[in-house]
Amino acid sequence: MSTATIARPRKSFSDLPWQLWTSQLAALLRMEIKKTLWMRRSIWIYLLAFAPTVMFGIHALTSPMGRNCSIEEDTRVLAYTFQIFYLRVGIFFGCMGLFTWLFRGEIVEKSLHYYFLSPMRRELLVAGKFLAGLITTSLIFSASVLLCFTFVYGHFGAPGRAFVFNGPGLGQLGSYLLVTVLACLGFGSIFLALSLIFKNPIIPGIVVLLWESFHAVAPSLLQKFSVTFYLTQLSPVTIPPDGLMALFTVIAEPVSPWLAIPGLLFLSAAILVFAAFRIRKTEISYLAD
Amino acid sequence: MTPNPNSSIIFENVSKFYGEVLGVNRVNLTLPPGVTSLVGPNGSGKTTLMNLVTGLVRPTQGRVSVLGLTPDEPEEFFRHVGYCTQFDSFPKGVTGFEFIQQSLRLRGVSGPEAARLTTEAIDRVTMSDAAHRRVAGYSKGMRQRIRLAQAIAHHPTVLVLDEPLNGLDPMARSESIALFEALGKQGLHVIISSHVLHEVDKISDQVVLMSYGYVVAEGQIHGVRTEVKEHPMQILVRCAQPGLLASRLFAHDHVVEAKLNNDGKGVLVRTKDADQFYQLLNKIVVEDDFAVDTVSPNDDDVNSVYQYLIGSGGGTV
Repeated sequence: MSTATIARPRKSFSDLPWQLWTSQLAALLRMEIKKTLWMRRSIWIYLLAFAPTVMFGIHALTSPMGRNCSIEEDTRVLAYTFQIFYLRVGIFFGCMGLFTWLFRGEIVEKSLHYYFLSPMRRELLVAGKFLAGLITTSLIFSASVLLCFTFVYGHFGAPGRAFVFNGPGLGQLGSYLLVTVLACLGFGSIFLALSLIFKNPIIPGIVVLLWESFHAVAPSLLQKFSVTFYLTQLSPVTIPPDGLMALFTVIAEPVSPWLAIPGLLFLSAAILVFAAFRIRKTEISYLAD
Repeated sequence: MTPNPNSSIIFENVSKFYGEVLGVNRVNLTLPPGVTSLVGPNGSGKTTLMNLVTGLVRPTQGRVSVLGLTPDEPEEFFRHVGYCTQFDSFPKGVTGFEFIQQSLRLRGVSGPEAARLTTEAIDRVTMSDAAHRRVAGYSKGMRQRIRLAQAIAHHPTVLVLDEPLNGLDPMARSESIALFEALGKQGLHVIISSHVLHEVDKISDQVVLMSYGYVVAEGQIHGVRTEVKEHPMQILVRCAQPGLLASRLFAHDHVVEAKLNNDGKGVLVRTKDADQFYQLLNKIVVEDDFAVDTVSPNDDDVNSVYQYLIGSGGGTV
C-alpha cells in the first residue's frame, strides 16, 4: 500500500471550500440557464407552456368586459386548466424534456467529460444543473400561468380588478405560482434522477406519468410518493370531483399545506441525493450510449 | 529507490473491465515527471489507462494515484491535471475563446483572470486568429489545438493527451511536439498516446508499450530495447574502411551479422551483446588506429521495440 492511501483528516464544515463552490455554482448556473433557456430543443416546451395562454388570450379578446362569461366560471376554467393541463401535461412533459436532457444531452453530445474533468464535485454539478433546470422551467411556466391569470381577470375590467386586488385573486395567483415552482421542483428531480439511471428515459417517464395520474387508487401511504398528491392539495381552487375527473382530483387523506410543502421538498431532496450518489459512480463511456 | 508518491503517477495492480471486456489488466506502473508515451495498437488499453489516471473511469480493482491525489478530491486533483481526450466534441454554439473561458470559470477562476489565461493558452497553440469564431466552423486540426489549449489553460502539472497529433498538419504537429517537449522539460508529467511513433520517440523520456490490455514493457526506450533478448541490437558504424571492420568483427561470437551499409560508408552490425560490442570496437580503434566517424544504435527507437514486442507477435522482456 502506498503512502498515497493514507487517509486525509476530514475537514471541518468551516474548512470546506465554500467560496470555490459558490463561484463554481454561479459559473455553472450562468452557462446552463443560457443553454436551457435558448436551446432549440426548448421550443416545444415554450409552445406547450404558452398554449393555454393563447387560448385565454383569445377568450379575453372575444369576450371584452366579461361579455358571455362570469368571474366564477372563468375561475373554475383556470383551475381546471391548471390542475389538468399544467400539472399533468405541460409542466410534467416540459420537465421531462428539459431535466432528462441536462445530463443525457451532455452524453449524447459527448461533452459530459468536460464537467467531470473540472475541479468540481459531482454533487455540485447535479445541484447546479438541477437549479438551472428549475429556474428555467419555473420562469417559463410561471410566466405562462401569470399571463393566463392576467387574461382571465383582465378582460372583466373593474370587477376583475376588484377580484384580484380586493378579493381572493392575488392569493390564488401566489398559490398558482408557488405550485408551479413546486411542480417544476418535484418533476424535475424525478426526471433528472431517471436520466442518470436509464439511457432512454421515455419508458420510465410514461410509468411516472401513469403513477402521477392514477396514484389516487393506490393506498394512502404510497400516494405520498407522488408529486401530484402534494400539488393538487396546494392548488388554490378545488375542482369538484365530478365523473372521470374525480380520478384526478379526489384526495382520500389530504395533508395540510404545512405538511404538503415540506413533504414535497423532502421527496425531491431524497431523489436528488440519490442522483448525487448515482453520478459519483458514473463513468464516461460514450460508446456504450 | 522508492518513488515519491507525491511526485509520481502510480498504478497499483490496476484492472479495468467493461462488463466482460478487458480494458487493462494488472497494471503496475510508476510514471515519473517528463514525457511518457503510451504506445500500442487500437484496443490495447491506452485510452483506458488515461481515463483511469483522470478518473473518467474507475478501476475494477487496484488503485491509481496522481501526485498522491485521487479524483475523489476533485478540487485539488483537477487543479493539477489537464486531459485532452480523443473525443472531438464541444458544447454547442461556443467559440474557441468561450470554450476555454467557460472551463476556467468552472474551475472557480475569476472573469478577468479566466480571460487572461484563455488568451495565453490560445496563443500557445497559435489559434489567436480563430479564437472568436465558433468551434463548429473549425477544421479538425483547429479543434484538436483548441482542446489542447483547454487542457493546458489552467497550468496543470500533469497533462494527459490522447492522440494529440491526430488531424494536425505538419507545421502544427511540429509546434505541438515542441510544446510537449518544453512542458516535459519544465518538470510536468506529460502522458501522450500516439500512433505516430517516430514523433513521440523523439520527445519521450519513457515509454509504456501496451498490448491487449497488458503493459508489455515500460521504461526508458534504450533500456527497454536492451531487454529485448530475442532481437539482436543493430548498431551502425560509419567509417572509411567498412569492409575491414566487418572482417574484424566476424570473428566474435556475439556478433550475429555485419553487413556493409547501402551507401558503402558503414557497417550495420547485429549483436547479441551491445556492451561487449562497444568494448570490442574501442579495442579495434585503439589497437589498429582505426578511424570511426560515428557509432549509433539503429533500432532502439520506439518503432523498433514496438515491432519486436507487439508487431511481430511479442517477445520476451
